[in-house]
Amino acid sequence: MNRFLLPLGIFIVLVAFLAIGLNLNPREVPSPLIGKPAPAFALPQLHKPEASFAPKDLQGKVWLLNVWASWCVSCRQEHPLLVELAKKGTVPIYGLNYKDPRDDALRWLQRYGDPYVLSIADAEGRVGIDYGVYGVPETYVIDRAGVIRYKQIGPVTQDVLEKTILPLVAELQK
Amino acid sequence: MRRLFLILSLLIACSPGYAREAAPTAADVVVEKRMVAISEELRCLVCQNESLAGSQADLAKDLRREIREQIAQGKSDKEILDFMTGRYGDFVRYRPPLKGTTFLLWFGPFLLLVAGIAALGIILRRRGKRVAEATLSAEEQKRAEALLSLGGEEKP
Repeated sequence: MNRFLLPLGIFIVLVAFLAIGLNLNPREVPSPLIGKPAPAFALPQLHKPEASFAPKDLQGKVWLLNVWASWCVSCRQEHPLLVELAKKGTVPIYGLNYKDPRDDALRWLQRYGDPYVLSIADAEGRVGIDYGVYGVPETYVIDRAGVIRYKQIGPVTQDVLEKTILPLVAELQK
Repeated sequence: MRRLFLILSLLIACSPGYAREAAPTAADVVVEKRMVAISEELRCLVCQNESLAGSQADLAKDLRREIREQIAQGKSDKEILDFMTGRYGDFVRYRPPLKGTTFLLWFGPFLLLVAGIAALGIILRRRGKRVAEATLSAEEQKRAEALLSLGGEEKP
């Protein structure tokens, strides 16, 4: 009996490792930007291309930066949640419209609702690169000092919003 | 004859165009070579099993453009790789740098190998002991000899 215990033990450990490995999402690459100041940029606004926006305009505020595009299918999945969140007004949401033709972007907002205080047009995706965007949608929580505190890769879900993002925002707003 | 001519001319018409791409200038070749060398070291984050050099994802194209531009600005390979890891983490490197968090990644396989060799050694030593300990009693000795003289067949 004893001689089977060791192989059984090794087998259980192996299964545990494989189970953890299977449940990890390889698409979620931890961002090195967390805890670092949000990269600076100055880009035209989507609705008013003559006006520009820079993250330092929001110093002293906790805000969300949501990367979206009209061609992004899973953005539609999270969008109702953002619209609802914007209505409540707990935290301002700014949109980074990533590599999107302006007309398409505007039409998309008209159709699905516009939760953003304003959207910034990153037509060439350069700001996206600075923020380490690789899969739209992505959402950043940025604190009063302009430091990135959290990054959500992929659509924001009810679960993530209630268990992670909103508690973090509430704590940062204190 | 006419039909043959028709077929031949059709065949000629079907041949692919021989237009060539614009020949790159000497400077471009150097830049492209460096760009490819750097991007082969980097993982495309959209299709993770492809290198940045081979991927046709939009992001990969943008990042290759970024590398080209940085080469043109006179940045070193290390600076460009640092630029990428600063944004996407060590995960973008196919050969991540050796440090605390990547220690297990680099040496884990060797640790497993050492553990395996140690286990093998222990098992072999135990087995050796067991064989040495197995001595035969007088009766067993007799039976063994009888069996051997019979050519290995045991009578019931």
